[in-house]
Amino acid sequence: MIKSLLLGAAAGAIVASSAMAAEITVVSWGGAYTKSQIEAYHKPWMAKTGNKVISEDYSGGLAEVKSQVEAGNVTWDLIDVELSDAIRGCDEGLLETIDPSILPAGADGTAAMDDFISGSITECAIPTIVWSTIFAYDTSKIADGPTTIGDFFDTSKFPGKRGMRKGPKSNLEMALAADGVAAADIYDVLGTPEGVDRAFAKLDTIKADTVWWEAGAQPPQLLADGEVAMTTAYNGRIFNAVAAEDKPFGIVWDSQVFDLDLWVIPKGAPNKEAAMDFVAFSTATEQLAAQASYISYGPARKSSSSLVGSYHTKPDLAMGPQMPTAPENFATAIQNDFEFWADNQDELNERFNAWLAQ
Amino acid sequence: MTDATTDTNGMALAADGTPLKKRLGQALFRSKMRALGLATPLLLLIFFCFLVPIIIFLIRGVHNDTFEVHMPAVSVELAQWDTTSEPTEAMYAALAADLVLAKETKTIGKVASRVNRELSGTRSLFTKSARKAKKLEAPYKDALIGVSKKWADIEVWKALKVSAKSWTPAYLASAVDLKYNADGSFERKSEERRIHLQLFVRTLEISVIVTVMGLLLGYPVAFLLSTLPARTSNLLLILVLLPFWTSLLVRTTAWIAMLQSQGVLNDLFVIFGLATDEDRFSLIYNKTGTLIAMTHILLPFMILPLYSVMKTIPPTYVRAAKSMGATDWTAFWRVYFPQSIPGIGAGGILVFILAISFYITPALVGGEDGTMISNFIDFHMRKSLNWSLAAAMGGVLLTIVLFLYYIYDKVVGIDNMKLG
Repeated sequence: MIKSLLLGAAAGAIVASSAMAAEITVVSWGGAYTKSQIEAYHKPWMAKTGNKVISEDYSGGLAEVKSQVEAGNVTWDLIDVELSDAIRGCDEGLLETIDPSILPAGADGTAAMDDFISGSITECAIPTIVWSTIFAYDTSKIADGPTTIGDFFDTSKFPGKRGMRKGPKSNLEMALAADGVAAADIYDVLGTPEGVDRAFAKLDTIKADTVWWEAGAQPPQLLADGEVAMTTAYNGRIFNAVAAEDKPFGIVWDSQVFDLDLWVIPKGAPNKEAAMDFVAFSTATEQLAAQASYISYGPARKSSSSLVGSYHTKPDLAMGPQMPTAPENFATAIQNDFEFWADNQDELNERFNAWLAQ
Repeated sequence: MTDATTDTNGMALAADGTPLKKRLGQALFRSKMRALGLATPLLLLIFFCFLVPIIIFLIRGVHNDTFEVHMPAVSVELAQWDTTSEPTEAMYAALAADLVLAKETKTIGKVASRVNRELSGTRSLFTKSARKAKKLEAPYKDALIGVSKKWADIEVWKALKVSAKSWTPAYLASAVDLKYNADGSFERKSEERRIHLQLFVRTLEISVIVTVMGLLLGYPVAFLLSTLPARTSNLLLILVLLPFWTSLLVRTTAWIAMLQSQGVLNDLFVIFGLATDEDRFSLIYNKTGTLIAMTHILLPFMILPLYSVMKTIPPTYVRAAKSMGATDWTAFWRVYFPQSIPGIGAGGILVFILAISFYITPALVGGEDGTMISNFIDFHMRKSLNWSLAAAMGGVLLTIVLFLYYIYDKVVGIDNMKLG
């Protein structure tokens, strides 16, 4: 009796909640980046649909998704992930497939499939931004600053500590670029044992001077505290420190390693329908362009580029030249090869960890 | 005894005529049951929320059936394969069928991840081949090799053979830097990939140093606390407990502010001319940082057991020893110290066992040479998603702790430990 009452109450609650506005949990990387999403996506979507968005932070990776899906207790509806995780999660059956036909055409009428950066729409993921790993320095401390990736590895020309992400990804690419490998050949070289040795040998030259960071918010802090003279960082974080906090940081775009961030929906997400609607809404031309006025990550739609304006509090700070995809920044850019990393990350992580511990 | 009589055999009887012995037994049984009943929630909690998950997780360290479950046909074929002869057409045909199945059930990624851990670069081989598997036709050997030449490589098949074994020592072997081969043999991993043994040794080293430092710092404090008059000692005790009540995270970050190269301590060194502004000491993000922060954080766990044991040592013994002509040192070493050993044992084992699995502090202040094995267990749990390896490493750590506990019990004796 009690059981059936409870069931009835639960069923009633479900009916009631579906009749009311949906409430979706959107998970992203925190800090200035999440703030840009709240301003450009969450608020307009909430105003339009009357639904509610709960914003949560995480530090990347599929661990939480995997445990939620495998335990059958999914609490997240939408997650902002890197391309390699989107592919991997899709392969492992952790993510819902997203039908690209829900995506609206671009503002200029281009069909969605042609409007997004080619090949970036995958079975389970819809891209939002192009972001990049660059290196930055404090212009008030180094007057005649570094200009090439080689300078980052040259501690005799530019003395001082270096900051790098604690992991092989993008560090090995930058090391090879600094060692003279052309951007187009990086992954061919890295695919050979000699190439890996070569990259580690280059990293060896600055190992003793390196401070390792893990969260994206750390590198601007390391620079501001004077803990490092130069550090690799996500370009949006450095931009935010410059634009919002007036920090005297300079970005060196040479051999930037760029990648995509995408929306994915974990398998069995409690509010799948609303999440799909949010994906379609937030990846429309206007929303992607709007986000770019809060942080310097490039919109994934080509049609958004012409709409990108200036920084939201500084009308004279044009966002276009701050983007990783701006032509003057893009000459030596390296595209992160998700397939290479999907294949080799276990081995290279192991090697990197062993190298660190030596 | 008003309500008891005796029966014909002289046995004591209760008021209702049953033998008193039986009644007593019943009463005792009831009270035991009541006690057990009260303890049941706790026992169930420990069993289901502590023992069962640990056991399940430890099993993960030796059991991973991803491949066998999702690639059933080829697993059967692989079990019969001798690892040296050329893979047969039957094996290729089974593989092709399984690839189609895995693609349909969207499990190919799981299988690919599993095999990729054995042989790097096979992940895309699986996902690519699975995409084309439906169109493949006999003979499958040529068809698959047509998709990718790698299928002709016997190393790939050896990796499959290792993956196909559900009960496997591969993860335990990997946790101690060994590689488990397809033919059942073990070999050491190549030098640039060895890491875990070194980390286990470092974890033990850090734990021992932290315990010894804790003892050296904590013993005098505990002694002072136990000998001072109550009012002063209570005040001091609060000073010991205050950090104990503060969040672990707050204490660790406080050390970052103290020790970093632009931090308080280094600023003082520069002011007093012990270091130059350009060449400050690296006190944090290395082993030194881990040792300092951990010693501080674990100090209360050393002081409190020591204090409670020292409190029970009567001061008269030391006075008696001195009145009989012992020097201060002899009186301390021969009379006082032996009585404080149970406290040292308790504090030492408490600090050591907490230290050996310490995780947040080394993660925040450890840099590279100050990280411990638990940080790598965390890495494989959260980043590489290699839960089986994490479980195996946890199993090895648990075995080490249990072994050390056994040694401790043999040498010092666990009965000789007092928490108060």
